[in-house]
Amino acid sequence: MRPSIARLFALAVLAIAGDAHADSLPARFEDAAAAARGQTVYFNAWGGNERINAYIAWAGERVRALHGVRLRHVKLADTAEAVARVLAEKTAGRDDGGSVDLIWINGENFAAMKQAGLLAGPFVHLLPGFGMVDVETKPTTTVDFTIPVEGLEAPWGMAQLVFLHDRARVPKPPRRIADFPAWAAAHPGRFTYPAPPDFTGTTFLKQALHATIGDPSVLQRAPAPGEAATLSRPLWDFLEALHPYLWRAGRSFPLSDQHLRQLLDDGEIDIAFSFNPGEASSAIAAGLLPETVRTYVLDGGTIANTHFLAIPFNASAKAGAMVVADFLLSPEAQARKQDPRIWGDPTVLAMDKLPAAARALFDALPLGVATLTPAELGPALPEPHPAWMSEIESLWRQRYGT
Amino acid sequence: MSGGGADRQGWLRLAPGVTLAMSLTPIGAGLIGTILPAFGWMPAIGAVDPGLGAWVALLAQLELPGAVMLTVWTGLAGTGLSLALALGFVATSHHRPLFRRLTGWLAPVLSLPHAALAIGLAFMIAPSGWIARLLSPWATGWGVPPDLWTDRDPLGLGLILGLVLKETPYLLLAILAALSHLDPARDLAAARTLGYTPAKAWLKVVGPRLYPLLRLPLYAVLAYALSVVDMALILAPATPPPLSVLILRWFHDPDLALRLQAAAASCLQLGLVGAAILGWAAMETIVTRLARPWLTDGKRGRAGAAARRFLAALQVATLGLSAASIAALALWSVAGRWRFPDDLPAVLSMNAWAAQGRRLAEPAIATLALGLLATAIALALTIACLENEQRRGIRLGSRGLILLYLPLLAPQIAFLPGAQIVMIAAGIDGGALAVLWCHLLYVLPYVFLSLGDAYRRLDMRHVDAASSLGAGPWTILWRVKLPLLLGPLLAAGAVGFAVSVALYVPTVFAGGGRISTLAIEAVNAMAGADRRAIGVAASLQAFLPLVAYALAILVPAAIGRRRVGRAP
Repeated sequence: MRPSIARLFALAVLAIAGDAHADSLPARFEDAAAAARGQTVYFNAWGGNERINAYIAWAGERVRALHGVRLRHVKLADTAEAVARVLAEKTAGRDDGGSVDLIWINGENFAAMKQAGLLAGPFVHLLPGFGMVDVETKPTTTVDFTIPVEGLEAPWGMAQLVFLHDRARVPKPPRRIADFPAWAAAHPGRFTYPAPPDFTGTTFLKQALHATIGDPSVLQRAPAPGEAATLSRPLWDFLEALHPYLWRAGRSFPLSDQHLRQLLDDGEIDIAFSFNPGEASSAIAAGLLPETVRTYVLDGGTIANTHFLAIPFNASAKAGAMVVADFLLSPEAQARKQDPRIWGDPTVLAMDKLPAAARALFDALPLGVATLTPAELGPALPEPHPAWMSEIESLWRQRYGT
Repeated sequence: MSGGGADRQGWLRLAPGVTLAMSLTPIGAGLIGTILPAFGWMPAIGAVDPGLGAWVALLAQLELPGAVMLTVWTGLAGTGLSLALALGFVATSHHRPLFRRLTGWLAPVLSLPHAALAIGLAFMIAPSGWIARLLSPWATGWGVPPDLWTDRDPLGLGLILGLVLKETPYLLLAILAALSHLDPARDLAAARTLGYTPAKAWLKVVGPRLYPLLRLPLYAVLAYALSVVDMALILAPATPPPLSVLILRWFHDPDLALRLQAAAASCLQLGLVGAAILGWAAMETIVTRLARPWLTDGKRGRAGAAARRFLAALQVATLGLSAASIAALALWSVAGRWRFPDDLPAVLSMNAWAAQGRRLAEPAIATLALGLLATAIALALTIACLENEQRRGIRLGSRGLILLYLPLLAPQIAFLPGAQIVMIAAGIDGGALAVLWCHLLYVLPYVFLSLGDAYRRLDMRHVDAASSLGAGPWTILWRVKLPLLLGPLLAAGAVGFAVSVALYVPTVFAGGGRISTLAIEAVNAMAGADRRAIGVAASLQAFLPLVAYALAILVPAAIGRRRVGRAP
């Protein structure tokens, strides 16, 4: 072997060598902080957004400086890849020394991992930073898609469905779900939504379901057999009215919210939506959307939720993962995350629980040209029970997915 | 011969066995890891009752018929068109100067990674793509992109086009390699003197002898086209998608019970590939029978200049479209704002490179290290096998060849998820070793096929001369054979390296995500739909194999000049 190849290989091995020691969940955060020093934490997180990737790289530098923890971002095209990996490890009987230490997760993936016993914890109550989380007015920080979190995942950021329109082309976008078919009929081919199982597309269906179902409170429990098909009938009537006027006549759908954003930028559509209220501002700052794009919400509120950080049952560096999760909850990390020039992801912290200096970090943030204030964001609608959405997705596939 | 030499000979005898075991173990283990869950055995999710439940669930999926039809149609059409284009071009143009000029471009186009090419092609043909931008608004009148279905079309035409761009150069190179065995010049000249047109002469005299040599590469193309994942993710429609994409979706569904259904679908995918190959073989028999009267009807054919020009133009167009696709990627990577319908970006900017450059350094180094190591090991094993053949005067039979081809014939999605579980159980997952092994599976056959011919056709008089001067077999290998083979060695190395750089699914499943390569970065960037980020990752991925090819051409030339210079 030539020395240059040897050196390259050594670099690559260094780059991937992890801490293979088995690790149990520490009982106190002080123990975690002590054990974490020198650990490498493999953070499995969706890697499709360069701004988020850059933010995670910054967090890696900070936890290295503060706690001596090496943070490595395992970029996923789909969070379920990491779920699949933990499951494969359980299948193969690897109950410690797993390859995933920390995972960015919520909703159905969380429900699946919790139910299959693939998560470590509860650990969230041990994190000092959790004391500053706004659990009172942000109920989704403790209940994830109606599933109680029970300390198995630490809140990381807030999401609420907002709609994007190019002010220059569409000065008056539809503000109620019921108005979309008429708007689309007047502007054929200029609106669409990502196909389920993409979570942003599913969220649009949830929003429409919430608006069309007579009594939205039934969405908070699992539907009885056959109930979803019956009660969702108005949703399908709504989609039947909408689909002929969608982009590509509703016969093809974008793949994701990012694809939707690109269609808006290219001028293929006029209205898009995002689960991140700060996405439009941060995309404008990154040159990914025209300056004239603005966000708005629907009358009566939009679906909102929280995204979380969880530790798999067989993680190799549980102490390190706890330390990283706690750092990501710190005012320093949360304020930077909310900065529209960095990422634009809203904080989970309660401003009134923060010391003055920490609050000042948030006060100094610009809102972003296209971002709504918390008051403008309006009411946050709760996520339906996950069982509703698997039923709706399967009914959707029967109608439009084949 | 000394005792030590004999020992080393013994070691050499193991080479073919070691090589095959290395390829076949993960495939065999992986297939078991897929078949067991398909029949209801996956204790991790509580499935311990063997049965046909997963198959019942699979057959109840409404997307399945559409997905299978799309898979079969795109796979067969992509393969058939590529073959027709390659054969038609060689038959009509083999005697023209254009032929030589074009064949020089095949290797670099072939080295372009599938994902990068697909991403670039998608940007060419989309309603907001480069082609529409260049034609708008002056020719089309479009101020905004039209609501036309030119990408991810329901018929899968985009995917077929992508397959044709990628597989035609491969088949052309396979034809060129096969032709070098046949040495058809004399037969062709004879047929020409008998009055056959060049195309008719080629089709009637060379074609029937060529086809058997083309069979395995063709089956590999067919298997690939029927099970491709990365190109399908980018170019195929999504409602329903091809079977391979559906399987990946089920493997990644939060509902863990879908794993069983996904495993059953993997078995179905395997069956589809098997059936398609058998069906193709049956077609060969029928075509052979039907063509017999035509072969001997004695008709000389007309000049057919129009057909020749048409096929040559198509060939130039496919290579040109590939080149333009990659150029589009490179341009996006340095684009500032580039809105429809501007022909070119309004501003150029290195922001994307500056932002991503540092983060891509590590994946780039990992890609380089994996590619170089896998290629080096593959070259060593290949040389050991070929040297063993030569010393013992044997040749790899057709059965051995099929075994060697097996990794190219088995759908990746059918055995890699199972192989992942086996590697975890063996404790080697998520590390460099597992990824290296998986890369070797795919690098080895290509390196072997690239180097085999040159090795076997070495002029043995050099060996005899060295031997009569007292050189032992190892000295001859090091001092005579390998220097003589420098060109083919580097060319085979460049092929192997390009294969490794392009691998996506094997890297994902073996690396546990911990080893990121440029292939993974490119596909992940695709999920973010940020064309600048995609452009950076994909053009970097396309750049590495091009450098390898350039080196494979330039280094032997430079050394050749030095040798000439030194001669007395």
